[in-house]
Parts: sequence; structure tokens; C-alpha cells
Amino acid sequence: MIVRQDGLALGLAGIFHRFSGLLVLDGIDLIIPAGEVTVLLGPSGCGKSTLLGILGGLIAPNHGEVRMSGAVGRDCLNPLTYVFQDFSLLPWRSVAGNVGLVLEDHPMTRAARNDRVAEVLALTGLSEFAAAWPRQLSGGMRQRVGIARALAVRPACLLLDEPFSALDAQTRDLLLEEFSEIITRAGTTTVYVTHNLSEAVRLGQQIVVLSRRPGRVREIFRIDRPVVGRRISDVDLLACEARIWELIRLDAAAAVREIADA
Amino acid sequence: MPDRVAFRGGGFSPATKPLAGIATLVLCVALWQAASWAGWLPKLFLPAPDAIAIALFRLARSGELWLHLGASLSRLAVGWSLGTVAGLALGLAVGLFSIARSPGMAVVSALFPIPKIALVPLFIIWFGIGEGSKIATLALGVFFPTVINTAGAVDNVPRGLIRMGQSFGLPWISIVRKIVLPGALPAILSGFRITSSIAIILLVAAEMIGAERGIGAFVLSAGNLYDTDNLLAGIVVLSALGLCVAWIIGRIERALLAWR
Ligand SMILES: Nc1ncnc2c1ncn2[C@@H]1O[C@H](COP(=O)(O)OP(=O)(O)O)[C@@H](O)[C@H]1O
Ligand SMILES: [Mg+2]
Repeated sequence: MIVRQDGLALGLAGIFHRFSGLLVLDGIDLIIPAGEVTVLLGPSGCGKSTLLGILGGLIAPNHGEVRMSGAVGRDCLNPLTYVFQDFSLLPWRSVAGNVGLVLEDHPMTRAARNDRVAEVLALTGLSEFAAAWPRQLSGGMRQRVGIARALAVRPACLLLDEPFSALDAQTRDLLLEEFSEIITRAGTTTVYVTHNLSEAVRLGQQIVVLSRRPGRVREIFRIDRPVVGRRISDVDLLACEARIWELIRLDAAAAVREIADA
Repeated sequence: MPDRVAFRGGGFSPATKPLAGIATLVLCVALWQAASWAGWLPKLFLPAPDAIAIALFRLARSGELWLHLGASLSRLAVGWSLGTVAGLALGLAVGLFSIARSPGMAVVSALFPIPKIALVPLFIIWFGIGEGSKIATLALGVFFPTVINTAGAVDNVPRGLIRMGQSFGLPWISIVRKIVLPGALPAILSGFRITSSIAIILLVAAEMIGAERGIGAFVLSAGNLYDTDNLLAGIVVLSALGLCVAWIIGRIERALLAWR
């Protein structure tokens, strides 16, 4: 597998997975290069969340294996770290408490922990909300907490499952922009799951197009220019979006009908 | 345009009005009192509120009330605590461990429906006629619903939050302490409302045999003498006890569940 000097690369080999008879992933071979943003794009129900769960060790695949290679930073507390679609915040903990949760079981002084919480809250624009309860925050702010929590453990690889799909379009664009700056600065390997084409070309350096269920890799697109500075209206992005759409429109239509049938 | 669009409703939303609740209770008592004064309710049939109040007052002044209350309160405290601690322990085990789940639930389902009152004679043989059998009756009455409620509370903690904890590599004990227990706490506390009422209901059964003191024993002996004033005075005390406990649990909920 390709190993770059910096960061963590992941490799999936021969992944098959079924849920009680329903074949969801049908032979996935894929390399997630270090320090890049890989987007997993596919229609709902094609197995994206399952694949991400397998990547991070939350789902054991029926066949195949996941390997990782490369350097993990010395202060990294949790190499493979998730950001969840439903935010997964503890409602009984404040914003700072939710971020602190993931540091509490590691040997560090209370002061060091508080410093790190304050640092990631500042990075995600949450400093003023440290004491707020999750229920007091809007969806966008809640997902900022989810991102802050993920950054607090200094991840080598971020795994994001449609993190902004519950948000309105404006909030999503703003968060995408902030998020791409944060991960570019840290050089974190990122796997970003979405069913949204414009999000895929906005963020992806490697865009893995999955077929509808059972999920297979249909094609891999590359957009090599840096993620920061991309605009949704950029011509090359729109062209790439159009090419992907041409590829998947039949699949997408079929997937819609399939879900309606189920 | 000629036709006005009429308001058709914005969803059902029954409002809470504490004063209306108190007013209803006061009104019921007033009607009851009026019916007694009018002579529609003979004393033996249903004593008047003022007669009950006088009986209560006499009991309080003679100190008898406090003796009974003290004896019952200590039985309630010990019995409820034992049943609750044991019930929480088994309920958590059923909620967390596969080996405890089916065996625990099988035993609980088989034993829960047994009327504890029917077991009092057995408890007297096992634990003696003193405090042991009384506390066992209360504790067992509290134990089974606590197990069922606690196991359900643990089951209802969102699995996504537990997966979140696992995905950050939290140790098992931290996931239980910081995610499962706080997530189950609201349901566990509302279970306390039910089990404390069950304990109060069982008090009369527990004090049926071999108790000189206790509100339950007092109510039973007044009943045997058809001393309806004192019978109802005792029942008023039990009801007040229930209200007090509910109020205390409400305060605890407000303190512990501020995040809601
Ligand atoms: N735990 C599960 N048990 C059974 N079926 C599941 C489970 N998780 C997902 N599925 C099914 O597997 C398919 C893929 O699910 P998922 O990976 O969540 O798709 P996506 O994230 O692409 O929408 C869906 O048809 C879904 O219903
Ligand atoms: Mg999904």
C-alpha cells in the first residue's frame, strides 16, 4: 500500500458485508491516502455508513480487512475519530463537558485538559458557549461541538458520516468552509461520507463513487487542487459534478424507486 | 376575498395549572363536608372531614401519631432502600450483561406477579415476626418493579451515544458511568415515584401481623373496631406521606436533571 511520510493511510481489502441476508457491501477495495480528503459518495442505503463503521472499527465486516499505516502524532489520543450525522452529544453535559469527555480517561492534568478543551472550542468558534447545554444550541452549533470533540483527541484520521446533512444550506456552506480550513491546516487524513454531489466536489481530493446497494466502487475521481479556496461555483468543480451526475443518475433514480418499494 | 380562513388548531397542548389542582381537592372536601352537615352521609358510613381532622389532631397531640409514623417511616426507609439497591443492581446487570439478561428476566417475570401480601406468613417464618418480615415485604414489593424499570431504562439509552463512547476508545467503566447511568437516570427516578407508592401501599400488609406501631397497624386496628374516624385519619396520613415523597422526588429530579 502507498505510504506517505506524513499522516495515516488506510486500506480496505475485499470487504463484503451483509445484514441478516441483505448484501450491503460487495467487494470493496480502496486506499485512503494520508493527508487527503476522500469523499465516499453514493445514494442513501448503498452502505456508506456501514463502510465508514468498518473503517473505524465499529462494525466487523463479514469478509475482508482494514489496515492502516503511517505515522500517528505523539499527542494523538484516538487515531480514527468519528463525527456523527446526529452529533451524538450527551445532553446532560455542557459543551465543554462533551468535549472534555473524550480526554478524561487519558493521563493529563486537569489544567492541560481544560487548556485543550478551550483551544478546540476557540478553533470551532464555540468559546462563548462552553457552559451551554446542547439543547440550547442550533444544529450548526451542535455539529461544531461534534467537530471540536473530534479535534480534541488530535486524530490522525477523521471519519465523518454526512456531518452537515441535518443543517440548512447556508449553515452547511459556512461550516464546510471552516472545516476545510481546519483539516487542511492539521493535515488530517479525512474520510467524508455524503450523498450530496456539490459537497463531494467542494471537499474531495479523491471522490469514490459507490453504486447503489450492494455497494461497489464504480469509479474514483480526483480533484488535485487544495480544498481550501474552493468555491461551490468554481468551473472545474461544476464540470466534475456534471460528470459524476452523468455517471450516477440512472443509479440514483433506481435507488429512489428501490427505497419506495421497500 | 369573501371567505376568511378559520383557525383550526395548533396541536393539542393540555396546560398544567397547579392552582386548579388544589382548588379541585378543596372543592371535593367542601362538598363532602356539606353533605355530612346536610345529614346525607351517616358518620359510620363516611365520617365528615371535620371529624377526621379532629381525630388527626387528637392523635398528634397525644403523641400516638408520631410513634406510628416513626415506626412506619423507618420500615419504609429500610425496606425501600434495600429493595431499590438490590433492584438497581440486578436491573443494571440485566441491562448490561448477556449472562444476566435472560435468567434475570425469567426469574423476575415469574415472581413479579405474586401478591406479596400472600407471602407474609412465609416471611414471618423466614425472617421472624419482628421487623424482618415487614421489611422483607416492602423490599420485595419494591425490588421487582425496580429491576424491570432499571433494565428498561438502560435499554433505552441511545445506542448511538454508546457507540460514540466506543469510537473514542472510552473504557467500559467510563461508558457505563458517564453515558449509560446518566442516560438511564430520568427513567430510574420516575420509577422511584412508582416504587415509593408501592412501598406505602404495602405498608398496611406488612404491618398486618405482629405490629404494635405503624400507620398500617393503626389503620387495621381502627378498621377492626369500625372506628371510621381514626381509620380515615390514618389513611389521610398515608396519602400525605405519598404526596411528601412525590414532592421530594420531584425536587431531586429538578436538581439532577437540570439539563432537560
Ligand atoms: N444494523 C443494521 N441491521 C440491518 N440492516 C442494516 C443495519 N444497518 C444498515 N442496514 C441496512 O444496510 C443498508 C445500508 O445502510 P447504510 O450503510 O446505513 O447506508 P447509507 O449510509 O449509505 O445510507 C440499508 O439498506 C440499511 O437498511
Ligand atoms: Mg448513512
